Amino acid sequence: ARALTGFVAGTGHGAPSSSQVFVVRRDQDIYIQTLRKLFNESHGIFMGLQRSEEELAGKSRKAQLVQVSKNYRSVIRACMEDMHEAAVSTRDPALQGQYSTQVSILSAMELIWNLCEILFVEAATAGPLLLRLLDWVRLHVCDVDSMVREVLSSESPSKHKLFWNVVDVFVLQGRMDEARHLLSKEASANPTSMNMYKILDDLMKKMPVPSTGNTQTLTELELKWQHWHEECQRYLQDGTFASNPHMESICKIMLGDEDAILEKKELMTTWYHFLVTRLLYSHPTVKPMELRFYAQSSMDLFLGGESSPEPLDMILMAAFEFEMHQVIKECSIVLSNWWFVAHLTDLLDHCKLLQSHNLYFGSNMREFLLLEYASGLFSHHSLWQLGVDYFDHCPEYGRVYLELHIERIPLSTEQKALKVLRICEQRQMHEQVRSICKIMAMKALRNNRLGSALSWSIRAKDAAFATLISDRFLKDYCERGCFSDLDLIDNLGPSMLLSDRLTFLGKYREFHRLYGEKRFPEAARLLLTLMTAHIAPCSFWMTLLTDALPLLEQKEVIFSAEQTYELMRCLEDLTAGNPDKQKFQDDDVETTKVEMLRLALARNLARVIVKEGTVEGS
Amino acid sequence: MEDVSAKFVSQKISRTRWRPLPAAALQPPDLFATGSWDNEDNRVSIWSAGDLGNAGLNGEYHGEPHLLCDIQHNGDVMDMQFLDQERIVVASSTGTVTIFRHHQNNQTLSANHRWEKAHYHVDQDTSCGGAACTGVVCNNPEIVTVGEDGRINLFRADQRDTVRTIDNADSSTLHAVTFLRTTEILTVNSIGQLKIWDLRQQRNEPSQIFSLAGDRVPLHCVDRHPNQQHIVATGGQDGMLSIWDIRQGTMPVSLLNAHEAEMWEVHFHPSDPDHLFTCSEDGSLWHWDTSTNVSEKPSFLHQGGRSTAYLSHSTINQSVVSAWLSNDPTKDRMEITNLIPNQTLSVNSLDVLGPCLVYGTDAEAIYVNRQLFA
Repeated sequence: ARALTGFVAGTGHGAPSSSQVFVVRRDQDIYIQTLRKLFNESHGIFMGLQRSEEELAGKSRKAQLVQVSKNYRSVIRACMEDMHEAAVSTRDPALQGQYSTQVSILSAMELIWNLCEILFVEAATAGPLLLRLLDWVRLHVCDVDSMVREVLSSESPSKHKLFWNVVDVFVLQGRMDEARHLLSKEASANPTSMNMYKILDDLMKKMPVPSTGNTQTLTELELKWQHWHEECQRYLQDGTFASNPHMESICKIMLGDEDAILEKKELMTTWYHFLVTRLLYSHPTVKPMELRFYAQSSMDLFLGGESSPEPLDMILMAAFEFEMHQVIKECSIVLSNWWFVAHLTDLLDHCKLLQSHNLYFGSNMREFLLLEYASGLFSHHSLWQLGVDYFDHCPEYGRVYLELHIERIPLSTEQKALKVLRICEQRQMHEQVRSICKIMAMKALRNNRLGSALSWSIRAKDAAFATLISDRFLKDYCERGCFSDLDLIDNLGPSMLLSDRLTFLGKYREFHRLYGEKRFPEAARLLLTLMTAHIAPCSFWMTLLTDALPLLEQKEVIFSAEQTYELMRCLEDLTAGNPDKQKFQDDDVETTKVEMLRLALARNLARVIVKEGTVEGS
Repeated sequence: MEDVSAKFVSQKISRTRWRPLPAAALQPPDLFATGSWDNEDNRVSIWSAGDLGNAGLNGEYHGEPHLLCDIQHNGDVMDMQFLDQERIVVASSTGTVTIFRHHQNNQTLSANHRWEKAHYHVDQDTSCGGAACTGVVCNNPEIVTVGEDGRINLFRADQRDTVRTIDNADSSTLHAVTFLRTTEILTVNSIGQLKIWDLRQQRNEPSQIFSLAGDRVPLHCVDRHPNQQHIVATGGQDGMLSIWDIRQGTMPVSLLNAHEAEMWEVHFHPSDPDHLFTCSEDGSLWHWDTSTNVSEKPSFLHQGGRSTAYLSHSTINQSVVSAWLSNDPTKDRMEITNLIPNQTLSVNSLDVLGPCLVYGTDAEAIYVNRQLFA
């Protein structure tokens, strides 16, 4: 049930020819500013959990997992507070409505998570279980808080009309000390009921509760509790509290009388509060597996056929029944975002609680939910970076999903492209590296940024593209007669070896430099190597030979006989290769060039034979 | 580190900068600016670094950073620097350079001046997206910017028009720029070159080019030693930190294998340059400490401003020089600490001033450490 929301743009006002553009967003929630903190902080917790020590066994591992669960919950609460702040401070009623809805959703999420933490992660046993549930109720049922504050802060609380309501609240939530404190104020104001008060106070003080330490066993507790229960029973039957209906009702509550407790429905507001109160006063040593029976009956009694259970109620019921998969399924249906179920399921999986419940397309539930959540993140212009880490921890399909998603991220600046590239390189996703570098190199080439284009080709070790760039340079040279971007070509370094064409470019430029520095013999040697080593493209041979002309024309003889023969051979290869073209050669420049070359070569040969003959002679 | 306060801010942070302190100030910096990136709605924000009212026993400030004001910014914030106490220059991925003014009385930001399309590809008029402006540096009133178009622009804060433009200064992307002297700038580019440009000369050529030996790994950041102007540090795409002596040679003096991914920023500490800070895509932030034993160290931050150790002036200079330019890493000990315990996403930017460090990450969080040398 992911919300597909549409916005209408355009100026059409219902006219038949109105043009409308719909902006459809897949996952509306991730665009809410305040929720982004939730996503980022929980990402940190998620990563910490994945990296945490698996070797820790037993109690320390459980403690670690409970801490992780608490961290998640505190993040939810922090987000709730921020959202509440935002709701209060905004002036836009639509936004205010949206924020308020989010606050209640977050609150429900924390409620469910907290219960799951108690029942599944911590797996509280009989005894501590009740204490945890009491804490849970006290934390989450807050409709009565303002009433409590009002009474406590009034001048004489016992005279306040809601006084007994507050005492009842304390009793219902098992907050005995606070109840006794309030009652003492009533007692001092009303000396006639001093006797009754003392007895009630005493009963409250003596009520046995499970302890957090191991100071008593369950059997001991049950025995003590049985005694105490009987004592309360006696006082009630004796009519001790008969003259004060309030105190009598409190005593009945303490005896676990369902009708008496149900009378205080408005103070409890929810059936799960009713459940916990019932357990407190009728079966404090309840075992986890017994919860389901009490839960079902509590809900039935509380709702009493007037109203039907809401989705939240069904989810909590599934939790009390220890149906983890049901909890996850119901949450997935109700919530519009995968965040909650993905993280909760991952945590439960780390607790080794989810059996490998294979879904029909092969992956397990944890992976499925994480994939869905991460895919949602990838649809966001900014949160995609978080999604990468989630995919990393989906062993079966994570990599494939990542490969498909990462190619679709728009690369608006070079820096963003670099970040995406780094992600791909770290995961050996070579296809994607090549593809991204090619895209960036093409963009650079189109913008005439040849250095940038080359830099991208080097990163991808893309020889073909390097060849393309070199051809561009050479083309520019032929057209303009000089090199552009000398700072690049002069400083190619080892990257020159990336492609033959690039090597040629570098060496060709070196030839020009040597010539400029008047180091003619070296220049001549280099030129010859360029032709004979076959790294020069055929189209360039004429240019190279023409470059040889000034060297041939020098006063000093530069080319040796061997070299001259080589040059002549190259020239013949070049002209012989295209006999047809020669006939259609109406380009006088070309024929003149060839003629000049032949002449120069012949003259050079003549001079060099003489020179070499003379040298050898002496 | 207990003294680090973190705040999640719902935007990926591309730059953080401390507001500079007035010359004679004794107190630590209290205000910083951030820029965001990769948002449909990017923002430039001014933050207060902690609750000033809660000064602890030693004058420490507690509390997390809180937002003073922000303003919408078109395009990613690629770089920014404070021009003076009230104005900040911001470089955008759209190629625009903007000066924002921070009004202290009512805590608002407003755009003071804007140079649209300062950086663009091919043709300024037809270009629909412009080219990203990747680096900006100021020396009030001069502002220099560089971009993906390989262009260098020179502006003055009080002049509407561009003072000077060097088109096609570089055939690749210029990643960062900094002042070497008041009339010379240093740039680094994506083919691993460090170039010095003399702005007094009219020719559009660098006066010197340095490059890495070996592979031409792109350089992403550059910073100059605050006192010794010939010492320059650069960070590369492979996470390598290079120290250059620009008086001699064309290659770096030392190469230090640092991060596992791009190094985004490198900063010498402005008042204590034995300390260097780098941050990287791999999520770490390193503190490089070349100061030797405390007893030998000429402390510039001593109480009363006078060192109690009797060191001659020449030895002070020598120890500072040899620390960074030493070719023998075993002789001078360098302590390197990673300041981030649980690293996840990239640390995009850092700034350091006095005892305070601020950095921002892609995990949408800002961190402030106000007890850096404690």
